Amino acid sequence: MSVHYLIEINYLAAAALFILSLRWLNHPRTARRGVIAGVVAMAAAIGGTLLAPEIIGYSWIAVAFVVGTLLGIPLAMVPLTAVPQRTALSHAFGGLAAGLVGVAKYSLWMDQGQLTAFRTGAIALECLLGFLTFTGSLMAAGKLQEIVPTRPITYRNQNLVNLSLLAIAILAGVYLTIHPAYWQAFAAIIVLSLTFGVLLIIPIGGADMPTVISLLNSYAGLSAVAMGFVLQNKLLITAGALDGSSGFILSVIMCRAMNRSFTNVLFGAFGQVQARAQAGEAKTVKSATAQDVADLLTHADRVVIIPGYGMAVAQAQHRVHELYDQLTKRGVDVKFAIHPVAGRMPGHMNVLLAEAEIPYEALVEMDDINPELPQTDVALVVGANDVVNPAARHDKGSPIYGMPIIDADKAKTCVAIKRSMNPGFAGIENELYYADQTLMAFGDAKQVLGDVVKAIAGETVGVH
Amino acid sequence: MENPVTLDLWSMLFVFMLATFVGFQVIQNVSRLLHTPLMSLTNAISAIAVVGSILIAGEQESRFTTILGTVAVAASMTNIVSGFLLTDRMLRMFKERGK
Repeated sequence: MSVHYLIEINYLAAAALFILSLRWLNHPRTARRGVIAGVVAMAAAIGGTLLAPEIIGYSWIAVAFVVGTLLGIPLAMVPLTAVPQRTALSHAFGGLAAGLVGVAKYSLWMDQGQLTAFRTGAIALECLLGFLTFTGSLMAAGKLQEIVPTRPITYRNQNLVNLSLLAIAILAGVYLTIHPAYWQAFAAIIVLSLTFGVLLIIPIGGADMPTVISLLNSYAGLSAVAMGFVLQNKLLITAGALDGSSGFILSVIMCRAMNRSFTNVLFGAFGQVQARAQAGEAKTVKSATAQDVADLLTHADRVVIIPGYGMAVAQAQHRVHELYDQLTKRGVDVKFAIHPVAGRMPGHMNVLLAEAEIPYEALVEMDDINPELPQTDVALVVGANDVVNPAARHDKGSPIYGMPIIDADKAKTCVAIKRSMNPGFAGIENELYYADQTLMAFGDAKQVLGDVVKAIAGETVGVH
Repeated sequence: MENPVTLDLWSMLFVFMLATFVGFQVIQNVSRLLHTPLMSLTNAISAIAVVGSILIAGEQESRFTTILGTVAVAASMTNIVSGFLLTDRMLRMFKERGK
């Protein structure tokens, strides 16, 4: 029996295990089994490939394995607040691998005179997707790490320039398919897609990062699919398609959660400071001390905590956990309302709260928690802003109009912890803070929550 | 030895179409709590590109392609190692009440 059949059996098993791996992510209880399935699948696929008779030397492969492992381990140990940039970086690596394999295959088949129209077309697509994902993801990682300015960078005719670049790259690809040996067109595709990746990301603001990361995830998957077409490998096509559809679904969820379309995210340069002049009317806010907040919370039956990325920036997760413990110990029902775009990537807030040892049953999706908010005594907003702005519901002039929000304003009392009255990430004024039932606790979230926890604990000491 | 297992464009398109639909079904059922681990897991899975990279690095047809293949293997291996480790690290943090 040819060793090729053995390899194919390994690939078949790997494809099945990859599907099961994702399936087991449907519940936190089975999710770790999913990781094991993924590892076994990957080991089978790599083990099978190493048997391939085409391989004449293993030294470079071994070196690359060592380098990859040495790079991979520290990247897996980053703090959870940095997971979005790590993820963007790994999309970049995925895109790079696809692009490099495309270049290598083009050069090989060119020398051997085996460049067919089909192969060339697939390579062009692979390189286009791979290289634009590479630079685009590097830019996204840079923005998330704040090495690159997070504010959108815009210039005149930006969309026209970007789309023209993409169109020229696609035309070069079509030309190359007809004249496969015209390597200048191939070089043009590489340069154009590298440039396009950068230009695509620079006008996108920090608030849109969850969508952008998901889209880049999808592109990274599609570049693996294109590689599968080049190498005629079903496993690559399957695994790439799983990744591509995952990224696509996540981007759709993110877009819906902001009531925006793909085109609007990619070409809208959202997140610029609103130039709209404030009416200038002197609005007043009620401020509260840590003691006031502690009293409110301990006398409540139901509390909903609405965390935003500001909580993570202030490193306040563990104070939130202490507050959760203090309140549940007193029989207060505490839940967390999670907006899909809270944080810098899909699901980011859940991971941050899980790290702070909040049981996952307490983490409730926006759509499930909203009907409960009118019966909630206190809604506590920690580091969230736009996702609780009622203007999204009624102010047609607001940039976030139509975005689904968490109904913090419908709770009997709302407490918002905020550093100052500066507008949030998207630069939009939040009327929730001026509402009658809203109390503002000013200060650093970690500090304020620490004081609240102390005030609650102190009360217990007083009772005994 | 030529690889006896070959594929034409149409079979590949069929595989792609079916895998995409399976992907949609499976991903839609992923718990929303786990979307961040989902993304790091799919990072690792799509690093299956390592398979193509290994062949290029191992065939050693020319120095140029061997270097490209080696870099591609290293990039994919980074994603495999960090993807699986990070996913597991995050999933270990999700605890039920009282545990």
